[in-house]
Amino acid sequence: MSETVKHTLLFVAVGVLLLLEGTTTGLGIFSGSWNSALTILNMGLISAIMALGVNLQWGFAGLFNVGIMGFTALGGLAVVLTAMPATPGAWSAGGGRILLALVLGALTIAAAIMAYRKLAAGLTRVLGMIVLLVVGFFLFRVVLDPGVDAVESINPALAGNIGGLGLPVLLAWPVGGLLAAGAAWVIGKTALGLRSDYLAIATLGIAEIILSVLKNEDWLSRGVKNVVGLPRPLPYEVDLQNDPGFVASAANWGFDPTTASTLYVKLGYALLFTAVLLVLLWMAQMALKSPWGRMMRAIRDNEIAARAMGKDVTRRHLQIFILGSAICGIAGAMMTTLDSQLTPGTYNPLRFTFLIWVMVIVGGSGNNFGAVLGGILVWFLWIKVEPLGIMLIELATSGMAEDSWPRGHLLESAAHMRLFTMGLILLLMLRFNPRGLIPEK
Amino acid sequence: MDVLNALVALSNFVLIPGIAYGSQLALGALGVTLIYGILRFSNFAHGDTMAFGTMVTILFTWWFQSMGISAGPLPTALLALPIGIVATMGLVVVTDRAVYRFYRAQKAKPVIFVMASLGVMFMINGLVRFIIGPGDQRFADGERFIIKARTFKQMTGLDEGLAIKTSQGITVVTAIIVVALLFWFLNKTRTGKSMRAYSDNEDLALLSGINPERVVTITWLIVAALATIAGTLYGLDKSFKPFTYFQLLLPIFAAAIVGGLGSPLGAIAGGFVIAMSEVTVTYAWKKVAGYLLPESLAPDGLAQLLSTDYKFAVSFAILVVVLLFKPTGIFKGKAV
Repeated sequence: MSETVKHTLLFVAVGVLLLLEGTTTGLGIFSGSWNSALTILNMGLISAIMALGVNLQWGFAGLFNVGIMGFTALGGLAVVLTAMPATPGAWSAGGGRILLALVLGALTIAAAIMAYRKLAAGLTRVLGMIVLLVVGFFLFRVVLDPGVDAVESINPALAGNIGGLGLPVLLAWPVGGLLAAGAAWVIGKTALGLRSDYLAIATLGIAEIILSVLKNEDWLSRGVKNVVGLPRPLPYEVDLQNDPGFVASAANWGFDPTTASTLYVKLGYALLFTAVLLVLLWMAQMALKSPWGRMMRAIRDNEIAARAMGKDVTRRHLQIFILGSAICGIAGAMMTTLDSQLTPGTYNPLRFTFLIWVMVIVGGSGNNFGAVLGGILVWFLWIKVEPLGIMLIELATSGMAEDSWPRGHLLESAAHMRLFTMGLILLLMLRFNPRGLIPEK
Repeated sequence: MDVLNALVALSNFVLIPGIAYGSQLALGALGVTLIYGILRFSNFAHGDTMAFGTMVTILFTWWFQSMGISAGPLPTALLALPIGIVATMGLVVVTDRAVYRFYRAQKAKPVIFVMASLGVMFMINGLVRFIIGPGDQRFADGERFIIKARTFKQMTGLDEGLAIKTSQGITVVTAIIVVALLFWFLNKTRTGKSMRAYSDNEDLALLSGINPERVVTITWLIVAALATIAGTLYGLDKSFKPFTYFQLLLPIFAAAIVGGLGSPLGAIAGGFVIAMSEVTVTYAWKKVAGYLLPESLAPDGLAQLLSTDYKFAVSFAILVVVLLFKPTGIFKGKAV
């Protein structure tokens, strides 16, 4: 069997899994609902895009990014800032002040960098920078705090945040990519060029910080109070059900209006996401085949040799790190659009960072199609490990009484088997098939 | 009087909690730095190893409590601690044999080890949540305070009280004993010296007949002990929750890097630097300032530089500064 056939069959197999999910209730793990199949597919497509971004960083360049959660969350923030209507009165109350404070903060950091570059090394420089930063910080807080209080006191039960620009929500996707790229630039500037572990730790940190900003800065993202009711690129189910034309055509296809409307919306998202995925995949494939992609792999395989050939390794690393993070930001914005709410409390590094890594390793690092396959397949497993685990435990404890303690405890804890299984899959792949399901050519 | 009051308030809210937290971080960072020195990778599973050790300790603490065994005024967890250490030793040796040894034999790149440690992290994390659940667990018992705030006020006649929790006292004492033992071991014993030799120059150590597998195994055993002790002390001082232990990874890594990865002394210094900065930056200075400054200058607000939720930002900011200006850390570590 040729390689291409084998790889096509793998994609077909994932498709069959989704088809089974939609059609059969057999084996105890499939739900037999098209709604559930499409939900898995949609998140799978988003995961595939994230995996594509991580594959760019890891597969092409060997950069180890464990801050995917942060870049995803920034994408989510972009949706709020772009698509939500501005909160009435917020800009006049304190928005200007906040903006001024942010500019001041940026100026302080820029001034400190200038001082570092212009002054001669020594005690004066250190003291000068400290004074600049301290004064800048207090100035920043003095300007910022009243603005934040003013914005947060506007109708706190429903708003209390600054709102957004009220632009079409699809525009938020590239904006999410831009925000993530900005954060990636800051991190890359600091940690690239040092040991590979340092980048990992720095990205781990920035992800935590982005999240704590989202959780605590209520004026920006309403914090843990969540932003709900984000605008959608597709019609609402209720509107569809009230549209006689839609109901008639649904009846034509043999669906009742409720199912038809949910399926219609989910299918719409699936098409949108597939379009984005295909565009990004095409771009990544082109990049891989281009001289630029060959240079990246040359740098990955032998940094010293590449440097000797006159390649600026740190700059190239920075470039690809920003590109990969931007893709994660786009995916994050898409995910928030799909949920039509931003819930900073639900971002968890195990789910949003490390699971994406499992996807890349399982799919095949260095191969874009592998990343896409891994994204959808591992997401399917992530969803299905839980019912599978419960089934296994029920089987194993079927001898025990219904209400016995070990059985109850085991069933209750079955959900945590997900993490265990994913770790096991990662370790097994790394050990026995480190090149992944679809290896790099 | 006001100066004394300010000093007491400062010790009560900044110095004592900072020293206790710093000791816990230092013990955690020592584990990370030892693994880095000997096995040459950043162990992402360290936080979850701590959680595992603490979990075993908690389970045995509960069992002891149910049998009526207690350590008098001290927390029962201290009695269960050795069992936790032994169980964690078993766990890390098994993971080393099952996972890391293969890559060692292959001489894989450090980043592959890090990746494998992610897998291990996932599995231990799942295991801990599976056994004890994801929720908060309290297991501290015995006397709660060494000095109560009220007793202190009566003793000294000051307005400010000073409270020292038993857990804080135990943390500091245990940390001193453990660190002293560790340094004695590394500097005086034959095995400790062979570990340092292996860390300094692997090839040279192999030439002089040091058995690498033995060095690696002993390192893991020490790391297991350190992780369990650090985890249990942190749990006694605050509370045990698997996710919190995972999040401790960032301050611990920051401490190890600030001190210089691979340098035990640096790990301790780094632990205190991180802990003290976290506590000072997130402390509301209103009270202390109120005692020290004349009334007209006293701050209106809380005088808190950053809200406590941003404590990760503090570790991270220090980490970034160190990476920018001195990537080898305060005490020259191995890595650039």
